[in-house]
Amino acid sequence: MTELFMLIAAKYNYWLYIILMMIGLYAMIAKNNLMKKLVGMNIFQTAIILFYVSIGFKHNATIPIIMGDHGHGGHGAAIHAADYINPVPHVLMLTAIVVSVATFGVAMALCVRVYQRYHTLEEDELRMRLSEK
Amino acid sequence: MKLLSLIVVCLTGGLLLYGTADLPDWGDPNAPASLHLSNYYIENAVRDTQVPNLVTAVLADYRSVDTMFETAVVFCAGLACFLLLRDFTPKKDHYYRHVPTGVILHVKNPDRQVIVGNEFEDIDKEWLPPDTIIKTVCRMLIPFIQIYALYVVAHGDFSPGGGFQGGVIFGSSLILLAISYNLKYLLKRVSEKFLGILSAAGVLVYMGIGVVAMVLGGNFLDYEKYAPIFGEHHIRALGMLGVEIGVGMAVTAVMVIIYINIVSEGKHDEGL
Amino acid sequence: MIHYPAVVVIASLLGAFIAGILAWVQERYTYPAALIATGISCAAAVWDLIYVAGHGPIAYHMAGWAPPMGIEYRIDTLNAMVLVLITAIAFLNLAASWPNVKQEMPDRSPSFYVMYLLFVVGLTGVASTGDLFNLYVLIEITSLSSYTMIALGDRDRGPISALNYVFVGVIGASFYLLGVGYIYIKTGTLNMAEFAAMIPNIQDSTTILTAFILCIVGVFIKMALFPLHVWLPNAYSYAPVGFARIVAPLMTKVMVYVMVRLMITVFGLDYIFIKLHIADTIVWLGTIAILAGGVMALAQTNLKKMLAYIIVCEIGYMVGGAWLGNDSGITGAVLHILNDGIMTFALFLAVGNMVYKLDRVEIKDLKGLFAGMPWTMTGFVLAAFSIVGVPPTCGFFSKWYLILGAFEAGAWHFAAALLISSLICAVLFFKVFEVCFFESPDTHDGPGSDAHGHHTTVAIQEAPAISLAVLGIAGISLIVVGLYSKTIVVRLIWPLLNP
Repeated sequence: MTELFMLIAAKYNYWLYIILMMIGLYAMIAKNNLMKKLVGMNIFQTAIILFYVSIGFKHNATIPIIMGDHGHGGHGAAIHAADYINPVPHVLMLTAIVVSVATFGVAMALCVRVYQRYHTLEEDELRMRLSEK
Repeated sequence: MKLLSLIVVCLTGGLLLYGTADLPDWGDPNAPASLHLSNYYIENAVRDTQVPNLVTAVLADYRSVDTMFETAVVFCAGLACFLLLRDFTPKKDHYYRHVPTGVILHVKNPDRQVIVGNEFEDIDKEWLPPDTIIKTVCRMLIPFIQIYALYVVAHGDFSPGGGFQGGVIFGSSLILLAISYNLKYLLKRVSEKFLGILSAAGVLVYMGIGVVAMVLGGNFLDYEKYAPIFGEHHIRALGMLGVEIGVGMAVTAVMVIIYINIVSEGKHDEGL
Repeated sequence: MIHYPAVVVIASLLGAFIAGILAWVQERYTYPAALIATGISCAAAVWDLIYVAGHGPIAYHMAGWAPPMGIEYRIDTLNAMVLVLITAIAFLNLAASWPNVKQEMPDRSPSFYVMYLLFVVGLTGVASTGDLFNLYVLIEITSLSSYTMIALGDRDRGPISALNYVFVGVIGASFYLLGVGYIYIKTGTLNMAEFAAMIPNIQDSTTILTAFILCIVGVFIKMALFPLHVWLPNAYSYAPVGFARIVAPLMTKVMVYVMVRLMITVFGLDYIFIKLHIADTIVWLGTIAILAGGVMALAQTNLKKMLAYIIVCEIGYMVGGAWLGNDSGITGAVLHILNDGIMTFALFLAVGNMVYKLDRVEIKDLKGLFAGMPWTMTGFVLAAFSIVGVPPTCGFFSKWYLILGAFEAGAWHFAAALLISSLICAVLFFKVFEVCFFESPDTHDGPGSDAHGHHTTVAIQEAPAISLAVLGIAGISLIVVGLYSKTIVVRLIWPLLNP
């Protein structure tokens, strides 16, 4: 039992992201209101972003901006990779955040279109309206 | 439906938890992810690119194509909101407010375009005078927000920031203008045509830098090839600044386009 | 330095933004700009194919950085073939759809062309990149533009089907992204070739297994494999014609390409077929997809919906074939990407011409169409023969390889499903032909309305010449590709399997 707790404690970032992601996924599938589904979609994507960012973390390291005068001439002391956290996940997530914002914008525009046409965002009502015709 | 989704969620969660057994611990400096590429970037990026902010170096130089497509995604979102929502049908009723006296004129079904002088203001049916306190505070804040946005774009190489962040801040300053006054006030200053061209031109700046590098004999987006023109010194940092400016332009324009189209359902009236 | 791999993608992208500016400044130049941009892309893709077939793969280092650090665009015979397919269809469709776009959205056609170019950029990028994360970004460009375009179609159903597509598409793409994250956390690389070299050392890891499952499930959702297909029929049948003609032949096919790329280049056939034991299950999934797609197509009364379900059925062919685990199966699947692209394109071109004149394509509305639109119907019949698998057309040859592969692998159920689905397709199309050929158009309308009935007089005419010319090109290429199948297999597909 203690071992299990140790295991979870060492990897708690993964557990947290999985829980968050499942909340988002559940909302996307089960919720009836389209806006709530969109919120679920955002939670879902944010969970993945958190996962990536947690990959980049290293104990006893600082943000990936090289301090000192390396940038201007490069005469300073050598750079130790262990002192700076991994920049790659941050770069990837900057892209993924922008993509998720763009998707959210398009989805909002679609919601507005649906609302203009049917004056509701509840899925069951929409389904009823569609089957009427 | 609820039960089905619960089953799907549990299955996916179970798969993901099963996958964690083999993953490195949180913050482990010897995890494979933190050794291979990451170490190369940390140790060599400053020498290669003269940019101390590694995130910018990787984003705008090593993986610059990713960022270009990402800007294209942003442009795509702006265009999508325009295409989906923009309503070109002309309004039937027009309301004009005579500013000095506050008299409101109602014009029904005009045969031709009504041309009004400066003392008239084109308003919506439900018009409320903007609040003086909000107006004044926002007018004082907006220039500072915009200068901060330009700072964030320009200092992307040295401190956290860059084109996306700066563009979003600049765009939100314009949105603030639209909220504190109204949408028509914003559109009088920044026309829709200008925003549309700016969003495409921003990405075109980015691509142009890449294509000119190809013409100069390098690969696409290889900033090194600009050295004969701008000199060897900090040439990659300069190239990154160039693409960040392009990104900033595109993001600013797209933020405002998305806002004005969603908030007025494409009618471009006074909005919220 | 060979720049063509980059030019394929960049020409369309540059065209998109120049057209985006022109749309505001000089509207009438938008369409020529888009046409020129896709034309350049197409020429570069053809050049790629010729070069790759003679000299082997091209690696293009974007921004001048060598692969693990920078992003690499890697063109081998598989990519080159898919790229030629994408750009040629994009160019031809743009030429053919000018009248349709003008009819369907007169006020916003310039923006439509810009969005169209962005969609083409996404597809060509997906087909040429050699970087796992770059692939995700490009998939998202493709998806975003297709969400928008689908919503522009049918006024009532378009936005809702697009919104459903958004939810499903985001789940698919996010699963893929998560899979890439698992790959990255285990290996620290994002380059496909470098990851493939690392795989033999880490193939026992559960992380890699999870990554594989996530990536493949993500791609399955995006390509609409049977239980995950619910978004596809609505989305494709309510899209505007100019866009349905490109999204239906290409979107799912490009996702099948991504699956084949993940199997051959990224995870490697050794890992998939020797280490994992899921191939049989997925062949079964393919079998079920074929049968289910066919049966659901039988139930449709709308021609567009029927074709959409045939796409679901064809996806089953390619997925099942690729997972049979022998060379014939994969050859058949890859050849079918090409053939199915052309067949579906020809079918949707013909349907687009019908929509242009008839406005709606319920099967019962198509009476007497052979007399009214003989050329369109000829193209339709040719494409239908190819889907059924009648010999001189290309559909026969890929089906031949698939059945051969099924026999070699002992997957009798898959072979049986292939034959049954051919039968179902034959029934489906003959049902349509019967209505179009034997029933006269005026059975429904009274004799009085026939004389000056708006509907019937319009239906007699043929579609615009440009659309017919493109349909002709598609029809001829159906036969030409069929006749040169052996060359394509020997020169382009086998080098891929036995390097």
